[in-house]
Amino acid sequence: MLKETPLTSLHLELGAKLVDFGGWNMPLHYGSQMEEHHAVRSHAGVFDVSHMTIVDISGEDAKTYLQYLLANDVAKLQANGKALYTAMLNEAGGVIDDLIVYQMASGYRLVVNCATREKDLAWMQKQVEDFQVTIRERDDYAMLAVQGPEARAIVDRLLDAVSELQALKVFSGVSVGTGMDAWFVARTGYTGEDGYEIMLPNKAVETFARSLVAAGVHPCGLGSRDTLRLEAGMNLYGHEMDESTSPLLANMAWTIAWEPEARDFVGRAALREQRDAGLPAKLVGLVIKGKGVLRDGQALVAKSCNEKGVITSGSFSPTLGTSIALARVPMSFANQCQAVIRGREVDVAIVKPCFVRNGQKVF
Amino acid sequence: MSELRDELRYLSSHEWARVESDGSVTVGITDHAQEALGDVVYVELPDVGSEVNASQEAGVVESVKAASDIFSPISGEVVAINEALEDAPETVNSSPYDDGWFFKVTPSDLNELDNALDAEAYKALIEE
Repeated sequence: MLKETPLTSLHLELGAKLVDFGGWNMPLHYGSQMEEHHAVRSHAGVFDVSHMTIVDISGEDAKTYLQYLLANDVAKLQANGKALYTAMLNEAGGVIDDLIVYQMASGYRLVVNCATREKDLAWMQKQVEDFQVTIRERDDYAMLAVQGPEARAIVDRLLDAVSELQALKVFSGVSVGTGMDAWFVARTGYTGEDGYEIMLPNKAVETFARSLVAAGVHPCGLGSRDTLRLEAGMNLYGHEMDESTSPLLANMAWTIAWEPEARDFVGRAALREQRDAGLPAKLVGLVIKGKGVLRDGQALVAKSCNEKGVITSGSFSPTLGTSIALARVPMSFANQCQAVIRGREVDVAIVKPCFVRNGQKVF
Repeated sequence: MSELRDELRYLSSHEWARVESDGSVTVGITDHAQEALGDVVYVELPDVGSEVNASQEAGVVESVKAASDIFSPISGEVVAINEALEDAPETVNSSPYDDGWFFKVTPSDLNELDNALDAEAYKALIEE
């Protein structure tokens, strides 16, 4: 039996093709993944991301607990609403999950992936030990991502909270309303466009989603969410990193807070060893030069090197009209390599792993 | 509801075959297949002059989502490919039975199509 968000009937009404995504019955698209993708780049789209797991951490040790649990340092969060992207590591320095943590008036709020929910919660519980914290999953909340150049203006108007929301800085959020029914609106996203991720009570989400669609916001499924995040060069758990992959090999070095030296966090010793030994590979962007579509798992070869690379996420890029990918390659790979597509070697350019930002090509 | 055409023969892997008046056989994918694939972004076709075999891979169609093999409904020599698909692969979505055809074969044995499904049998298959 698949889990459902409060929006399943609205999805069906809007013509969604629903698929099993990590045990949830979620919209893949509402007719054309391509149209949805372009709507987000040019106007605004809304994604039901209620399958993601929201976890509130409170208690007197909430800060020190998260400083131990997470590779980034929540001490960087200096005001309520501020957000931090981080990995949660195992002792070997592998990534259990990547997540966003927000500082809230009552503690901290984590948003973790749906496919990793159970192991995340179990791991978080296991690390509690003597910390005085309360871990509470907020399954009373749904979550919408409203993304695109027009997204904020539309939401600001609908929520009648223009002044508060216009002042919101990138990667921070604000509570709208009070108590357990408060909405939390954050200027974050997974598309490379401006917009919001909005956490709101389950009972309120359908009315709000309908008002977004009525205001011209295009309903978007997980298909376009994936091509948008790939164009934005954003990692997807299970693709660019997993429990056997160091964040150092997934362009996440910037999310590791080495300072202060005295802060111990899970995985720190293993990461330091990896860093000091030198890294064997790097995560890069690829743009195909020949014909075909780059796909996850395809091998990459270069004449100068006996070792192979591998594509971690590959697709057609609707914005660029050609195929792009994220890939992990040996350090010696330079400007070009070949992707092995059904036995055929196709030239690909190696670029920085970010392809599109705010509607524009950026490599 | 996806469109079906009575004059075509179908494979359970969602290709169609049409016997033309000159005896050649045109091959494409069904309306149901293009719907399931979503936006088609790339089609890899066999070379003109190459041989294809019944029920064997003859090309690949890729949508944004995934790559799918194209199986030939019949054996024979490829005499034409739809070169327009190179620049406009989305034609497979908009016109799967007409402008979105894939390749044309001079069949070595037209009776091979007796193994393919008629419209009614294919309809039953996709409604399962």
